[in-house]
Amino acid sequence: MSGENKVTLAMGAGGKQTAELIDRVFARRFASSLLTADDAAVLDAPRGRMAMSTDGFIVSPSFFAGGNIGKLSICGTVNDLACMGARPLYLTCAFVIEEGYPLDKLEQIADSMAATAAEVGVTLVAGDTKVAGRGQVDGVFITTTGVGEILEGVAPAGDKAMPGDAIIVTGDVGRHGCTILLERDDFGIEADVTSDCAPLWGSVEAMFLETHDIHVIRDATRGGVGTVLYEIAGQSGVGVELDAASIPVDPAVGGVCRMLGLEPLYLACEGRLVVIAPQDVAPAIVDALRACPHSQGAEVIGRVVADRPGWVVLNTEVGTQTLLPQPTGELLPRIC
Amino acid sequence: MSDERAQKRPSAVEILATYDGPPLRIMEVCGTHTHEIFRLGIRKLLPPQVELISGPGCPVCVTPVGFIDEAIWLAAHGATITTFGDLVRVPGTSGSLATARAEGGRIQVVYSPLDAVTYAREHVDEQVVFLSVGFETTVPAACLAVDQALAEGIANFSLLTANKTMPNAYAALKDSADVFLYPGHVHAITGTQLCEDLADQGVSGVLAGFTAKELVTALAVAVRKGGEGRPFFVNAYPRVVRPEGSPAAVALIDKLMEPCDTEWRGLGVIPQSGLKLREEYASVDARRVFDMPHIEGRANPACRCGEVLQGKCKPSDCPLFGRGCTPQHPVGACMVSGEGACSAYYQYGGEVL
Repeated sequence: MSGENKVTLAMGAGGKQTAELIDRVFARRFASSLLTADDAAVLDAPRGRMAMSTDGFIVSPSFFAGGNIGKLSICGTVNDLACMGARPLYLTCAFVIEEGYPLDKLEQIADSMAATAAEVGVTLVAGDTKVAGRGQVDGVFITTTGVGEILEGVAPAGDKAMPGDAIIVTGDVGRHGCTILLERDDFGIEADVTSDCAPLWGSVEAMFLETHDIHVIRDATRGGVGTVLYEIAGQSGVGVELDAASIPVDPAVGGVCRMLGLEPLYLACEGRLVVIAPQDVAPAIVDALRACPHSQGAEVIGRVVADRPGWVVLNTEVGTQTLLPQPTGELLPRIC
Repeated sequence: MSDERAQKRPSAVEILATYDGPPLRIMEVCGTHTHEIFRLGIRKLLPPQVELISGPGCPVCVTPVGFIDEAIWLAAHGATITTFGDLVRVPGTSGSLATARAEGGRIQVVYSPLDAVTYAREHVDEQVVFLSVGFETTVPAACLAVDQALAEGIANFSLLTANKTMPNAYAALKDSADVFLYPGHVHAITGTQLCEDLADQGVSGVLAGFTAKELVTALAVAVRKGGEGRPFFVNAYPRVVRPEGSPAAVALIDKLMEPCDTEWRGLGVIPQSGLKLREEYASVDARRVFDMPHIEGRANPACRCGEVLQGKCKPSDCPLFGRGCTPQHPVGACMVSGEGACSAYYQYGGEVL
């Protein structure tokens, strides 16, 4: 029967069919000693200070080149924790699924979540599954919440950027936003672009093994690297100066941006960090990042300055300075 | 030439930096040029006696208030308006297409005129009007859309035209500048004969491409030749612009459209500087399909877009600039489009840097 291959309202009603759905799709993939059938997970407390974060994922389309909403939902929360210097320990996930959603796609999403969580070493400890009627939700929405253990002696924060610091990005910018834009096919443009969606705890841990002298770590999600830099400039009361020629941009992303008049610095990333640290440790940080699989393209792209606090200035390819236009909000709805 | 001599030849940047001739006013006519010149900070390469004026080359910026009023009138009379996105927020006499949409008007953003035909095909019970603005570069696409709609027998598609052509605009503006930076893409369609003719009439210009190197090179040519004082024309974008242009595109425009007098925001009516659909295409001319009355628009009197477009004032000289008028809440058209002089000036730090 075709009905058996799709999510039904009964599967979200809390009865036997819900148990079957959880068993078939989630339990076997997320299995661990911490994930039980009880009402709440019972966990060891982290040593020292902990970080906690939550994020909802509604990306459209839910499958895209380089990932899907499941992988994204793990990466998003893992990366938020990582930015605080926290080793991700536990995650919970809540699904809202549209009636009629194909079960095999749901299984692919769960596969991606399990694989990404395993790569990071984070454990899925609790979950929730709800089914909404057709049209009441678009496909599948996921919310993840995570708890991480902050490394000892580490406290990066957005208000700690200091004049003289180097600004590093962990790879080429704007790929996730460009990928989603192309997947929507509003422009009839074809280009070979893959989302940068990736979990970055490994990259963060590698940096802190090298030095604890890191002032700011931010993941550049919805508003892209440009928005993050304006936020940091505001929080720290400093200016930011970028060298346009050193900002890594995939050639296909650059081509799409030129066609559509978009600024790659304002396209979303889902696997890129902005790292701000003193100039003298920057080379070691870049080397450590480049040795990790998801940050091989790390580059120093500029520096923190005392001039023009709150502004991001670009040194252009013709040797002049211009402002990076201020962020104007999301370019695309439902990017993550 | 030996390698040594080649190395000694000054770079385009050096030519600009060391210019010591008479004052020069260079007008970039194309909105994309305006945007790229701001984005790259090229103004800062120029010596003080060389002034760069952002001319009337942004289609949105030169579209008069009355055209927006016409589109709003059509939306209020049951038409579905299809348009490029940047026209949606341009203020009319009262309100914009965005406010018309909020009041229930059907306003669809499309990325190509052909998308508007597709929309019409899929919504046979709606009268679909495409807002055809822009220069020789965008007119061929609008003509293609009309051609396709007629070939398919799609009866619910029409154009509201406000298209402009450059030749008579150059003539009208010739006293505002010493050298024109001609728009590369317009002349990729129309060819270079007009520029040659203008040089014969004493109007100088350089045809420019769009990369940093192409723009700086074109400006260096403009400064060096302009300083000599004799009228000239140089095609500094030969990789794209051929002397004959695109005869196929020109023929397509000529088949469907004919010249007409048209109003440019800030410049007034320039004779024979617009395009309208020919009589035999009345069935796809929205003004005739809807039997629209003549509509006269009124711009905000404080807005100085018109003077900005003629290079008579800088964006920051306008009392509204950055206060009542920002890219988020534009009053004048030059602040709406990313190619508008006010928007570029605001975004790229005219006030900060």
